[in-house]
Formats: sequence, C-alpha cells, structure tokens
Amino acid sequence: MAYALQQLINGISLGMIYGLIAVGYTMVYGIIGMINFAHGDVFMIGAFIALITALLLSAGGMLDGPAAILLMLLISMAFTAFYGWTMERVAYRPLRGSFRLAPLITAIGLSIVLQNYVQVSQGARVKPMEALLPGGIEVMRDGGFVVQLSFTQMLIIGVTLAVLAVFTLLVTRTPLGRAMRACEQDRKMAALLGIDTDRTISLTFVIGAALAAVAGTMYLLRYGVIDFYIGFLAGVKAFTAAVLGGIGSLPGAVLGGLLIGLIETFWSAYFSVQYKDVAAFSILVLTLIFLPTGLLGRQEVEKV
Amino acid sequence: MKPPAARAHRDMILEVANLTMRFGGLTAVDRVSFTALRGEITALIGPNGAGKTTLFNCITGFYRPSEGAIRLHRPGALPVDLHRLAGYRIARSGVARTFQNIRLFPGMTALENLLVAQHNTLMAASGWAVGAVLGLSRYPAAERAAIEVARRWLLATHLLDRADDPAGALPYGAQRRLEIARAMCSSPGGPALLCLDEPAAGLNPRESEELARLLLEIRADGTSILLIEHDMGVVMKISDRVVVLDHGRRIADAAPAAVRSDPKVIAAYLGEEGEEE
Amino acid sequence: MTQASDDRSGESRGGLNRPPLPIPRALRDAAIAAAIAFGLFAVMVGLRTEVSPTGALVLRQRWAEVAMLCGIVFAGRLALTLWLGRRALRPTTAPGPWAVRLQQAGRFFAPALLAAALVLPIVSGGDRYLLDLGILVLTYVMLGWGLNIVVGLAGLLDLGYVAFYGIGAYSYALLSTHFGLSFWIGLPLAGIMAAFWGVLLGFPVLRLRGDYLAIVTLAFGEIIRVVLNNWVSLTGGPNGVSGIPRPSFFGLPFSMSGEPDTFAGFFGLEPSPSHRVIFLYYLILGLALLTNWVTIRLRRQPLGRAWEALREDEIACRALGINVTVTKLSAFALGAMFGGFAGAFFATRQAFVSPESFTFIESAIILAIVVLGGLGSQVGVAVAALVMIGGFELFRDLGEYRMLVFGGVMVVIMILRPRGLVGTRTPSVALGEKRAIGGDLVGEGRG
Ligand SMILES: Nc1ncnc2c1ncn2[C@@H]1O[C@H](COP(=O)(O)OP(=O)(O)OP(=O)(O)O)[C@@H](O)[C@H]1O
Ligand SMILES: [Mg+2]
Repeated sequence: MAYALQQLINGISLGMIYGLIAVGYTMVYGIIGMINFAHGDVFMIGAFIALITALLLSAGGMLDGPAAILLMLLISMAFTAFYGWTMERVAYRPLRGSFRLAPLITAIGLSIVLQNYVQVSQGARVKPMEALLPGGIEVMRDGGFVVQLSFTQMLIIGVTLAVLAVFTLLVTRTPLGRAMRACEQDRKMAALLGIDTDRTISLTFVIGAALAAVAGTMYLLRYGVIDFYIGFLAGVKAFTAAVLGGIGSLPGAVLGGLLIGLIETFWSAYFSVQYKDVAAFSILVLTLIFLPTGLLGRQEVEKV
Repeated sequence: MKPPAARAHRDMILEVANLTMRFGGLTAVDRVSFTALRGEITALIGPNGAGKTTLFNCITGFYRPSEGAIRLHRPGALPVDLHRLAGYRIARSGVARTFQNIRLFPGMTALENLLVAQHNTLMAASGWAVGAVLGLSRYPAAERAAIEVARRWLLATHLLDRADDPAGALPYGAQRRLEIARAMCSSPGGPALLCLDEPAAGLNPRESEELARLLLEIRADGTSILLIEHDMGVVMKISDRVVVLDHGRRIADAAPAAVRSDPKVIAAYLGEEGEEE
Repeated sequence: MTQASDDRSGESRGGLNRPPLPIPRALRDAAIAAAIAFGLFAVMVGLRTEVSPTGALVLRQRWAEVAMLCGIVFAGRLALTLWLGRRALRPTTAPGPWAVRLQQAGRFFAPALLAAALVLPIVSGGDRYLLDLGILVLTYVMLGWGLNIVVGLAGLLDLGYVAFYGIGAYSYALLSTHFGLSFWIGLPLAGIMAAFWGVLLGFPVLRLRGDYLAIVTLAFGEIIRVVLNNWVSLTGGPNGVSGIPRPSFFGLPFSMSGEPDTFAGFFGLEPSPSHRVIFLYYLILGLALLTNWVTIRLRRQPLGRAWEALREDEIACRALGINVTVTKLSAFALGAMFGGFAGAFFATRQAFVSPESFTFIESAIILAIVVLGGLGSQVGVAVAALVMIGGFELFRDLGEYRMLVFGGVMVVIMILRPRGLVGTRTPSVALGEKRAIGGDLVGEGRG
C-alpha cells in the first residue's frame, strides 16, 4: 500500500514531465499536421540550458533558493523558445504545404543535427548536477517503508500545474489562442480572415519549445544527470503520450503523459525495470488498435 | 415504362428496405425503402444534405447502416445481403460506383486506372503475384485482354488519346468520364449495378449531353444504373424512375413526369418547411 | 544545382534571373542572421560544461568559437543573398538540371551503375577498404529498396523498418549458432521470419492511418530492440551473439590453409583473405538485385499496381473490390522479408550481432535514403544510398562532426528537393510511349 503510494507519487511527477513535452507535440501536430520529431531534442536543449544557467549562478554564488530555480526556468524557456522559433523558420517553413514526408524527414534530420550539435558543443559525457532541493516530507510510514514526497517532486507538480494553467488561459482566452485554434481548424480560411498564419505557427513552436524547456529543467532537477541523448526516448514517450491522449487535444496530452508516467513507474516497480519501455509502447500499440483516436481525441469521420 | 404493378420481384436488381443511417444524433437516412429494377436507370434526387450520398455509402459498404437491409438480386444467383458485406466484397459482387468528389488515382495514367479496376481478375491470372513474378505464361495474355477491355472503355468515353496521360492532369470532364470507365471495368463483363454520384456536376451542357448518351449506352449493355444527380435536364431525360429524398426520408418514388409535378417534391426543393438544421 | 543550364528549372526556381538585392539590404539580412546565430550559440557553444578533476561540473568559456560561428553565418548568409537573391532557396519539385540529364541518360544510367557495381571488385584490385565500403553501400541500397516497397509504392509510413533487419540478423545468428544451419538455409528462414513478424505486426496496425502507423512502427522497432537487449538467455543481451559462421562458397569455406576442400584449394587459387570479401560483395549485390528485380516485376503487375493505387487513394481501391488489408499486408511482409535477408547477410558478414546495430537511427537513415532518392524510384534510392552512405564514409576525417553534417545535409536536401532526387513516376504500362509523371500529381499515401 505504502509502496504503491510512493509509486503513484513518482509516476505522477514523471508523467507531468512527459505531459509538458507532449503538449508541444500535440500543438504542432494540431496546427500543421506534422510530427515534430526534433521536439524531444528541444527538451534536451532546455535541460542543458538550465544546467548551464545553474552553473553560472553557482559560479556567482547565487545558486540557492526559489529565485535561482525561477531564473533557471526563465532563461531556459527563453533560449529554448528561440531554438524552437529558429527551427520552424529555417527548416519547416520552406516546406509548408509540401509533401507530407518532406517535413518528417527534415524533422528527423534536425533531430540528428541537434543531438550531435550538443554532443559536439557540450561533450558526450553524462553531466551530473548536485541536488538543488534535497529532502522532502514524509507522507506516510508503513512498517519500515517511508513514503516520501520530495521537494523536487512538489516543485515539479506545482510548476507544471501553474504552467499548464497559464497555458490553458493563453489558448482559451487570448486572441493568439483563438488564432491558433482557427489555424488548426482550417488554415486557409484563417488566412482569408486576416489571421497571420505564419506568425501563429511560429508562436506555436515558441510556446511548445518553452514548455519543453520547463520539462527539461524539471527533468534536470529531478534526475540530476543529463546527456545529449535524453531527448530521444523522452520525445518518443511524450509523443506516445500525445497519441494516447488523442493527438491534437491539449488536455489529452497531459492525461496521456500522466498515464505513460504511471504505467512506466508501476511497471518498473512491480514487474521489471528492463521492460518498462516495452510496457509504455505496448500500451500505445494497444490503444491505437482499440481506440484509434486516443482517449480524448476527436472522432475522425471518413467522408467519402 | 412499366406500370408500378409490374415491379415484380424477379425484375429487381436492388432492394433497399427500411434503411436508416444515424451519425450521433443526426439521422441522415431515415427508414428509406425503394427498389431499383434491372435494366433501368433509377435516379435518386433531393436537395443538398438530403442523404443521397450517405445512402450510396451504405449500399457500397463505406458505412454500415444503423438499421435496415440492402439486397442485390442478380439474375441466376441468390440475392446478396449487401449490408452484411465488407466494402471490397460488395464491389466484387458486381456493384460499382463513382464519387461525388472525383477519386481517381491521379498519379497513374488513365490506362493504369482502368487496369487497377480489373485488379481481381488480373490478380487471379497472375497466380496471386507469385506466379507472374516467376514468369507464369498465363499472365501476359490476361494482361493483354485487360488492356483490350480498358481500350474499349477509353474509346467509349472518348479518352483513347489520353490513355497515357496521368489521370490528375486530365480536364475535369474527362476525369468524370474516366471514373465511369473505371467503374465499368471493375467487374468482368461490366458491373450489375453502377452507382453514380452526381456525374454531371461541373460539366458544360455539351458534356452533359454526351454523358446522358453514355449512360444510355451503358444501360443498353445490361448494366442497371443508380444515379444521383442535381441536373434535372439529365435526370428527366434518361431515368426510368425517380426516387426523391428530403431530410433523409423518401418523399416520392415515381416516373419522372409524375415526380416533376409532385407538390411535395416542389416544396422540398423550394425549402418551404423552412426549418433547416 | 546553381548552374541553371536548364531553363525550365531556372524559371521554376525564379530567383536566378532577378537582379541581386542591393548591398545594404543584404548586409542587414546577414547581420540579422548573425544575431540569431549569436542567440543560438551563445549559451550552448559559448559555455561548455565540463567535469572537473574533482568531479564537479565547471563551465569553460569559448567566446572565440561563438564569434567564429556568427562570422560564418554572417558571411554565408551574405554570400547566399548576393549570389542567388533573397528567394532563391525555395523548395522545388521541378527536375533539377542534372536530374533531367539523369532522366535523358536514364536508359544508360542504371545499366552503367550496375556495370560499375559489377566490376568494382575487379578494378579495385581487392582493395579491402573500397570493397567494405561497397558492401556497406549495397546493404543500404538493399534496405532502401526493401523499404521502398512499403513507403514508396504502398505509401505506408514505416519508421521501424530496422526491426525486420534486426529480426533477420538475429534469426540467422541464432539458427546458425544453435542449430548449425548453413547460410543458404538460414537466409530464407531469416526472410520468412521477418515477413512473419511483418504480418503479425501489420495485421492489427495497418488499419491505422498516416502518422499513427508511423509511431506504432517506431514503437515496434523500439520494443524489438529492448527485447533483444534484455532477453539475455536467448539473445545474449547487450553482448549480442558472436561466433556466427562465416558464409562458405556453397560448402567450400574461405580459409587460408589452401586445402582442397576450401575455396582457394578447390579452384586452385592462391589463398587470399580478399576472396571472402569479394564473395560477400557479390552476395549482397545479388541480394540487392533480387530485391530490385522482384520490385520492378511486381510494379508492372496487378499487385504492384494495387500498391500504388493504394498510395493514391485507398477509398477508391475499396470501391474497386481491392482487399485493402491484404494488399497492404503483402507490401509490408515483402518489405520485411527483404529487410530480413539483409539482416541475415549483415550477421554473416560481421560474424557478430548486438542490439546496438538496430537502433532507431538506422530506420531513420533508411527512410531518409528512400525519401531523398525519390519515393518509388529504384535508381533514385540507389543513388541516394550511394551519396549518403558513401559520402558519410568519405568524410571520415570530420570525426565527431560527421553525424552533424549528415543530419544537416538531410535537412538541406529536403528543403531544396522535397520530392527527392527523382521526383517523377514512370507509368507501369502504356499504349504508346511511357512518359514520366510529375511528382506533384503522384500521391504519397496517408498510411
Ligand atoms: N460521416 C458523417 N458523419 C456525420 N454526418 C454525416 C456524415 N456523412 C454525412 N453526414 C451528414 O448527413 C447528411 C446527409 O449528407 P449527404 O452527403 O448524404 O447529403 P447529399 O444528399 O449527398 O447532399 P449533396 O447533394 O450536397 O451531396 C448531411 O447533414 C451530412 O452532414
Ligand atoms: Mg452527396
């Protein structure tokens, strides 16, 4: 019981990270219908920028307290968003309206580029960072087993919820959000109605990258080690989450992320750690076979 | 023209009974029953959104009807329950169709389009691909025969000189004709029932005229036709019987002349009910 | 690419005849590009994280590098604008000048390529490096051709093709090490095994469309890899399977002993290690040509035509009585089978397999070869494999930058030629003369 509760806590905090990345996938997919394969690597860049910021702060002796973490978050978000913007501008925009496979291959190419760029510029070695927020609170004690909610986990859950709340407001309440949803429905029509679709798509990438940066920072704080390759698996799982939740649906992405995080955690805890990725992917395959539009996805009617 | 009393069972090609198709809360086709007779052109008309295409999609297996039955009666064969068959099996039992928004294989030539239509015949001749890869001797002859069939329909639809052009590059009217030719190639000896969804849409008057002639030829060849059409000129001229749908319901089923003067039909077209969804 | 000798492509690209931009505008443009580059590189390049001897992370500053990169971006952008005009770098599907020439020379080009492949071992004089490179390129040509059936012809986006390559490799590796099966029995079994898994996976997922199919196949590829990595009792886990028998020349082993029951001894040749390499070279050439031959033949037959029709319009196919599931499955299984053959070859050549060889990046590279070559085009795929893999090997000196350049080249080719090198389709049959069909008419499948 206590053990399960601990897994639940771990699963939720991991799921939040997947959810944040998944939102980026789902947004881009919703608006231009492409799998932005490089999104996982954007997350990785976000983690690296957060790490570099932390090292800068620590060099200046300012690496402690909430202000430092906030600073890490903001700087990582800003620079990562810039990466997102550039990517869209340089690699995806020229291919707008082109064949479906061209942007996908471009995205795969970009993913290779980003991974190797970081490998070259930051080195291939794993980067460890000491814990910023050690300790936690004891939730429950059952015999010898202590259920702990670490401060980092609290931070992850709190920050993710806050970021998602802001993001939801952005999408539902602002003109930008309206423009995004309009482009999602029908880009040509939106353009005819005077929406600057290029700008809207750019902003979608920027927002997606910023959310990925939040996820990257949280990942860094939680696990304390990153390398240039973390983006691939996290990216694939986040995409899985997006599909599981119903691609194109923002709440779906978060829900899917949570589910993948929970499945993975519980599977590792009760069955085998080695096969945890198999569990996540098998769930994906099963969902798609029996529930092709995901959990919250819109039913896609095949008009003949 | 046969009087209604003579619409005997043995003359039927298609029987639609109590067909209902619902999409969520919307009933697109509502307990529709009618029969189409063998060797006739049966027109299906009605205002936009009346449920005509949906009915076609039920007949050709793209939608599974919520209720009701669709039965195909071929001469010398047991009736087939189309509503129980998978889409590709319906086509194999002799029902061919065209689409309201043309669905050719745009990157393949006109000739290739017509060969794809003869897939099942050719596939059998090729020994399910294995034989032909290994150089089975029966296949080349079968392909020559298939090309002959294709050539015949290209000629009938005035497309012979465009045979090697990609379908996507043909003018609109030619694409419409090619789609009909393709449907006609889809069963050996021509399909038993040809379902055409607005074949005259977007054609100029001369092309419509030609289309009407083509359809009469097809009928003369022994293929029964189910025709959705908004061009009343074409409908009145060539159909033997007209079924009218409105808001998913059948509101008339009679000879063309009778339908034209039916007040219910006129009202439906003028939209007197006024309550649009 | 930039010598617009062909006026058709010159027109369609549109930028070449336009007067270049005034220099101040170009300078401003380049300055903006450099500023963007600074934003990108300042943190990631300018500050390098390094593990100090004490084990803690420290930052090393590298502003010179950042300045250099920004300078390169500035100069590059400036040169590009001044030289080509602002809108010169546009995607185009029009055949490039050399692609047109390639098409004109099409009748001779493919046979010439084939002839070159055939004589390579002879003219190379047994140069080990060249032959190994040839084998590598041909393996990717074969994989590209195999995947081309699935993606190029049937229009099914498969991101996990490497799984079948891996299944083939492990099937042969296990069959030969456990049961002592010879290569010529193991090869077909490996192909059948891969095809079997192709059907098993394909059956439930081929209903899915487009990107869903892509992600499920990707997941499948990862599952296979994880299983190979962890099922230690069967696959040896990360250590892989070693001691896989080398292929023999129909029972005659390649050995340096020169005894009469070895290849060299039987044919009365001087024993040489290059015999085996040459044999492997011709083996993979033969397998690749088999793939090509089957594909070309099928394309002119109902099954191949149905694949292409499926790629063009699945719904129309159904209306014509084509069993869509079976047709898709056949493409999937056949592609998988050739992947399995290639895998068996890989296993026997390396004498060792491990999960590391079957990562997602392999799938991505094979898919990139197919798309860069031009979906459905056999010659295009071969050329793309030659350029990508051969080029990759040639730039060995780039060291750790090699993969970076590889990815960059992928991006640039796609931006400039989204339809690949050969963007046109040749009809499978014609009443008169076969004329190439422009890429913008040809569908690319939704599945
Ligand atoms: N797949 C679907 N899901 C939901 N609603 C549908 C679907 N297909 C059709 N409908 C609805 O069913 C109704 C009938 O549509 P249908 O296409 O059959 O009309 P139609 O008679 O062919 O009209 P038109 O003359 O414009 O072609 C419409 O209200 C349409 O929106
Ligand atoms: Mg309609």
